[in-house]
Amino acid sequence: MRIPGSTLFSSRYRLFQKRLHPITKEWGLTFYVLRHSKLAVIGGLIALAFMLIALFGSLLAPYDPISANIQDRFQPPSASHPMGTDTMGRDVLSRMLAGAQHSIKAGLIVLAIAVPLGVLLGGIAGLFGGWIDEVIMRVTDMFLAFPSLVLAMAFSAALGPSLFNAMIALSIVWWPMYARLVRGQALAVRETSYVEAARSRGASNWHIMFKHILPNCLSPILVTLTLDMGWVITAAASLSFLGFGAQPPIPEWGRMVSDGRIYMLRAWWMSVFPGLGIVLVVLGFNLLGDGIRDSLDPKLRRLTEVTWKPEKTSSSSTD
Amino acid sequence: MRLSTYILRRVAMLIPVLLGVLVLIFVIAYVIPADPARAWAGPRARAEQVQALEERYHLNDPIYTQIGIYLKNVLLHFDLGVSPTTGRPVRDDLKAFFPATFELAMCAFFLAIALGIPLGVISALRRNRPTDHFSRVVALTGVSTPLFWSALLLQFLFYYKLGWLPAMGRSTIDITRYTGFVLIDSVLNWNWTAFGDAAIHMILPAATLAFYSMGYLVRITRGSMLEVLEAEYVITAKAKGLPRKVVIYRHALKNAIIPPLTVLGVEFGWLLGGTVLLETIFAWPGMGRYAAGSIVMVDLPAVVGYTLVVAMIMLLSNLIVDILYSVIDPRIRVGGKRR
Repeated sequence: MRIPGSTLFSSRYRLFQKRLHPITKEWGLTFYVLRHSKLAVIGGLIALAFMLIALFGSLLAPYDPISANIQDRFQPPSASHPMGTDTMGRDVLSRMLAGAQHSIKAGLIVLAIAVPLGVLLGGIAGLFGGWIDEVIMRVTDMFLAFPSLVLAMAFSAALGPSLFNAMIALSIVWWPMYARLVRGQALAVRETSYVEAARSRGASNWHIMFKHILPNCLSPILVTLTLDMGWVITAAASLSFLGFGAQPPIPEWGRMVSDGRIYMLRAWWMSVFPGLGIVLVVLGFNLLGDGIRDSLDPKLRRLTEVTWKPEKTSSSSTD
Repeated sequence: MRLSTYILRRVAMLIPVLLGVLVLIFVIAYVIPADPARAWAGPRARAEQVQALEERYHLNDPIYTQIGIYLKNVLLHFDLGVSPTTGRPVRDDLKAFFPATFELAMCAFFLAIALGIPLGVISALRRNRPTDHFSRVVALTGVSTPLFWSALLLQFLFYYKLGWLPAMGRSTIDITRYTGFVLIDSVLNWNWTAFGDAAIHMILPAATLAFYSMGYLVRITRGSMLEVLEAEYVITAKAKGLPRKVVIYRHALKNAIIPPLTVLGVEFGWLLGGTVLLETIFAWPGMGRYAAGSIVMVDLPAVVGYTLVVAMIMLLSNLIVDILYSVIDPRIRVGGKRR
């Protein structure tokens, strides 16, 4: 607990710690519950492993994932090619390792565009209300009125089929969910007495948005975000499968499934392994998302709070 | 608010949204960098032919004129335009392809409900026991598996390896068509061989689609059932010494069913979106395959027509669900402030 240095620093630090205590306690508790859910930990590990493969997969690949090697085509899984080879004699495992980055990139980029956009629009709608709210929400309704995959297909056809354009297309169709979510929270928070107090102090709309509304949206957004990572990866793979996303020879997993489709009888491994990869990754993010949701659920937490000792963790964090 | 007023208001609210959908689609179509008329006319078309197509489809007019012309045709003549790639009216094409998609989506929808809701209820009743774990794993795997991959695997397994089920198409026996729905038409023809044939073709696509969309339903049902089981009136009912069956069916299930009902609209929308992928894989002669093909060909009238129809179905299914649960749960209407 003792902090070396001036007493001024020390007292300030203590003040800081005291003010932050509810927040650190909150997160500590969440993390505690999360850590004790086996499935969430498994999901988290899968997601982490996947991220690492995305970062270093190309380096780990035993063979060249792009260049053809015709004499080795259609090799079944063996010791030298654990997942077999494809029509051009390329090692499927190498292609999978090198292709992981495309899926993760799709997930990250789409959410990095869609979430801020949705949060901003939803926040504005909820905060200002009136005709602004009406306009934003009707546009949201329009986007939600048709299946996102079809809309994304149309967008990516319009932009020209490529992985990048597929990501743009998915970002365009992905924000409305977040706009709805944040607007709902904003409407609820707007009526609370602490926002009224802030207003009476002369706080601006932006202050209320960033200090009161957004922090309140953080946990539902976190849950949706984790679950959506899996969804976006599936959607990007589906677009590539239909030919609207990654173009050959990019080793995108959805594209690989589609490339192997006509050779199912001759070389089932071409489609089966990339698909299995997608399933695993999406499962990982789903498990993690479910775990986070459960750990943020106040009912479940009340049961765990008894066994949790926050003092221990908060004191160890100051060392 | 009375139920009829509520329905009327909701129907009236559909109109601006549909109009917006139309504008949105035209905006997408308008920003297409590709030259649609050239794509339609083919690579060896002469300049006059391309120009004629541009004239015919008003491609050189500003976007609001195009929307205006389209709206006029739709509202006055119920005309969705002529597809430049098939040369047939889009309305006729959609009419021909719609039953196949709708039949598939409906079968999958009811299959998902019939499996998903009981699975969720059982899961909640046997919380943290093997049955619960099993049904949660099934639900989670279903949600996590990309539709195109599970379709491919099932096709491989049940057609190529086992030879039990057909891999493609909708039916092999020709019958007189009355409604376009093969399952219904075969019954109307009193042709049970045809019915069996159609049903066998339906199994794989419908099961794949149901497996995929069931997970969400299982999760919602389980959660809501768990919540209700801890409610005070259920505890009271138990304390009164009512039989377990009565407590579960009369008290718990009746209230727990509302949240799953509310997501049915969303669920149906997913199914419709999923049909695009599924119809491509199973060579199912439906709207989804038609749309995927049209998008590739930059066939604007076909794409706009398809999108309008799908948007309409989705809005209607959401509306039906909203009405359904406002009937079940009158609080939703009385509150009035619902959004």
